[in-house]
Amino acid sequence: MPLLEAIDVHGGYGGMNILNGVDMAIEADEIGVIVGPNGAGKSTMLKAVFGLLTITGGEIRLRGDPITNLAPHKLVERGMGFVPQEKNIFPSLSVAENLEMGAFLKPGTVSRLKRQIYDIFPPLYDKRHQPAGELSGGQRQMVAMGRALMNEPSVLLLDEPTAGLSPRYMNEIFEQVKRISATGVGVLMVEQNAKQALRIAHRGFVLAAGQNRFTDSGEALLADPQVAKSFLGG
Amino acid sequence: MNPTSQHTPSQRPFPRREILLFGGLALVVLAVFASMGPAYATRMMVEAACYAILALGLTIQWGYAGQFNAGIMGFVALGGFSSTFFSIPVNHAFWASDLPGRLGWVLLAIVAAVALVFAVSRIDRLGVPRWLRTLVTVLVALVAYLVVISWLRSVTGDIESQVDFIGGLGLPVWLGWIVGGVLAGGIGYLIGHICLGLRSDYLVIATLGIAEIIKAFLKNSDWLTRGTATISPLPWPVPDPGEVGFVTARALYFCVTAVLIAAIFFLLHRAYHAPWGRMIRAIRDNEVSAAAMGKSINRRRQEIFVFGCILMGLGGAVLTSFTGIFDPQGYLPLNHTFLVLVMVILGGPGNNLGTLFGAVLVYVIWIMSGPLALALMHLVTALGGDWFGWQPGNLDSRALQARVFVIGLLILMVLRFAPRGMIPERIAQHD
Amino acid sequence: MNELIYFFNYVVVAGSVTGCIYAMGAIGVTLIYSILRFAHFAHADMMTLGAFVVLLLTLAFPHAGDSLGLPTAIVMLPLAMIFTSLVAVGIDRVFYQPLRAHGVKPIVMVIASLGVTLMLQGLIRLFSGTGAESLYVEARKAIFRIELPGVTRPIIITEPQVILFVVTLVAVIGLHLFLTRARLGKAMRAMSDNPDLARASGINTKLIITLTWVIAGSLATLAGTLLSLDVAFKPDLSFFLLLPIFAAAIVGGVGHPYGAIAGGFLVGFAETLAVFNWSVLLRPLRDSLPSWLELPNNLALVGTEYKIVVPFFILIAVLVWRPTGLFKGKVI
Ligand SMILES: Nc1ncnc2c1ncn2[C@@H]1O[C@H](COP(=O)(O)OP(=O)(O)OP(=O)(O)O)[C@@H](O)[C@H]1O
Ligand SMILES: [Mg+2]
Repeated sequence: MPLLEAIDVHGGYGGMNILNGVDMAIEADEIGVIVGPNGAGKSTMLKAVFGLLTITGGEIRLRGDPITNLAPHKLVERGMGFVPQEKNIFPSLSVAENLEMGAFLKPGTVSRLKRQIYDIFPPLYDKRHQPAGELSGGQRQMVAMGRALMNEPSVLLLDEPTAGLSPRYMNEIFEQVKRISATGVGVLMVEQNAKQALRIAHRGFVLAAGQNRFTDSGEALLADPQVAKSFLGG
Repeated sequence: MNPTSQHTPSQRPFPRREILLFGGLALVVLAVFASMGPAYATRMMVEAACYAILALGLTIQWGYAGQFNAGIMGFVALGGFSSTFFSIPVNHAFWASDLPGRLGWVLLAIVAAVALVFAVSRIDRLGVPRWLRTLVTVLVALVAYLVVISWLRSVTGDIESQVDFIGGLGLPVWLGWIVGGVLAGGIGYLIGHICLGLRSDYLVIATLGIAEIIKAFLKNSDWLTRGTATISPLPWPVPDPGEVGFVTARALYFCVTAVLIAAIFFLLHRAYHAPWGRMIRAIRDNEVSAAAMGKSINRRRQEIFVFGCILMGLGGAVLTSFTGIFDPQGYLPLNHTFLVLVMVILGGPGNNLGTLFGAVLVYVIWIMSGPLALALMHLVTALGGDWFGWQPGNLDSRALQARVFVIGLLILMVLRFAPRGMIPERIAQHD
Repeated sequence: MNELIYFFNYVVVAGSVTGCIYAMGAIGVTLIYSILRFAHFAHADMMTLGAFVVLLLTLAFPHAGDSLGLPTAIVMLPLAMIFTSLVAVGIDRVFYQPLRAHGVKPIVMVIASLGVTLMLQGLIRLFSGTGAESLYVEARKAIFRIELPGVTRPIIITEPQVILFVVTLVAVIGLHLFLTRARLGKAMRAMSDNPDLARASGINTKLIITLTWVIAGSLATLAGTLLSLDVAFKPDLSFFLLLPIFAAAIVGGVGHPYGAIAGGFLVGFAETLAVFNWSVLLRPLRDSLPSWLELPNNLALVGTEYKIVVPFFILIAVLVWRPTGLFKGKVI
């Protein structure tokens, strides 16, 4: 039984359909990567999984249980974490407070988890008392991921965690994603840096116009000349 | 929006809803005529018509442009003052004394003081550091203000003690109505200039404040308005009841207001279907795409706001003339702001016919609810006295408070259950 | 020296009193704004309501405070705070929450709050009548006179004023600790920063909204009661409070609780200084002034009847020159 499974999902914003039948499945300790052109509906798919928009058709399951259209805070209770594409930090809260908000539902574990996050993202430790809004773009991404990890999620949804980062930071983030998934967390992530992302992906989903165009393992997609031609820039 | 609700003007459906509603309203009005007599009913109709002018002012601002004006009372009072000042007889004692001259000098001094402060605020162009400029400007403004205000206080004090107040101009009353509209528009321009670029909440606070300030000024400037001593009677533009009897005089006055409303309707209709109106509707229906039309969107919003304020000033002037007494304390947020608000949101914001309907309906209910509330209060106090020993005095004012409560509840109910009013404005899609 | 004492009594003390009241009101306005994103115009009426509840309780048990040596009204404060908070939460559930669920524009929420204003005003006046009433029922206000050596005039400060200063201090420190230390307080700031992300973090936003109303309602009760205790309960209290507390919240930067405190004191002192008759202070210099300069008797900037102009003027000045407020509020 897959950890997270989406079957023929339809949905959109206020009557306008963006998703026209998307299928996805990842196991625990797997990384699933969604790639595709701008406006393909990648972010929309993540939001649909996280209950931020109404799904009009299809089903989403977590460990076999249907979670279609469950409210976000219910999903957080069930161990799902979400890092949105933008506005993914609390700018006026300090870094430490941002992390604490991630563990809002588990106040007892805050200090232990905070230490873990500082181990994963050492730059955050020095900045822990600074308002998160004053950090650099890369550091903000770290705060955003750290916040989601504070809930010890079993599924992590990441929307373009490397957007706007230098190659060094990007590789750093990918390394972290690998390490996180190795601890048994299922990661579903949207990425613009498709080649690098597919390289670490166990599963790859190529979305276009709200539908799966290709679905395969990351390596197979990288090797597929058609995918390379139309979606990975040759 | 539901795509089936798109209509081009040529294929409008038969206005059944409108006809039914107005027919029902006509029946209600006839019932009032029958039960309360024509003198009472004509008075009610004239007042309802005046309120309709106010409501049209608000429907333009709120319905067309989403600007909420919480200070209608202030514009009404300003219009009322203007119509009073222009129409009441000249106070010869005032003009025969040396007071007009002295008042003139003070007004000149005010102009001079403003010019002085303005000049001082520019001295940074002569190389004076900015902080020094600001300091000097503030000090000069303070001293100039204190000097001018003490002169003004002495002149106005003399006016009050020697000639009561400065009196009026003895001109035709419609001149005062026009100037009332212009004054209100001027204040609206200033407020709009400051607030329209900001969050819509700020406009609410600012209009609320300016209304109270206008009222405080009119109430405390005894030299100008006799303040709490009130001015009456006020002349009418038509023969007054003393000459032709109550019903005829009021019916004639009603004709005047009806002509005014017809003229406003005509103007709005023309403007609505002109390029100006199309742009206004684009702004209302889709601010984002309208913003793409460029900077002029703020100009349009400003124009709408000023136009709405002009109507409020005009309506206030007409209403005050009809009431026959200028009493600054008689302008109340409840009667002159919130009642109008209820009329607009109940009738249909942005829909002129709906607004007219709402104005008449709400005014009829309002007038008739007075006796009703009092009767209810008697009942409640009788019960309350029996059960709890609650013996409130002053039932009239308490009955009024019960109406305050009901108006508040009504606003909330309409917002919740009929946010687009009884005759909703159709909003077309522009994409 | 006498003049300085006069200045102290009529400006420093009076300004601090108004400042405390405005600050507590403005904190409520700013908190509601930062969580619910609309200007809550019924706030001044919540202050009146709180004071009215205290008045009713005091009338019912006039001697409850005697054993503690405190005015009865103070003893009744906790009960009234709970009651007003419940009313505030109830109003939110019945009137604001459905509109929020419909996703209406903030300006519609503002109009709804004006509707609530009318309802509260109508209710309070329906039961209280329109006259003023002292919160000292069968008791007398203690007035402290502090004599300084070498002057005839004493420093005058009343019991409610002392209590007001203490309560304000405690409330502000408590609020500060709550917002910076408590888990829910931090969650409140988080929600004000980014409500969507707060929800995505599992923060119970409904609880935060309830908490906001409880804090705002309690502060409103404190401020309304202490003001009424110092002067008298008037059902039209809200009329004199609305503009100043909004001016204070905007001066301080909307959504910025510390700014609201500063704004409250700024507006309070501005009002007091504007109606203060400065010629009193200049009187000792009278003999040394040149003969052509005659001091007018009234050197107040505005008469008390125009007091409302002061917060309005401050408001307009801030909107013109610095719409984000002096302390950089979040949103304009
Ligand atoms: N809040 C919204 N309301 C209405 N339409 C939206 C909204 N957000 C996105 N859309 C539309 O949905 C479509 C898909 O958007 P989505 O954000 O899912 O794209 P994406 O694949 O994430 O693109 P990108 O790579 O640029 O992030 C777009 O056409 C967009 O216009
Ligand atoms: Mg996206």
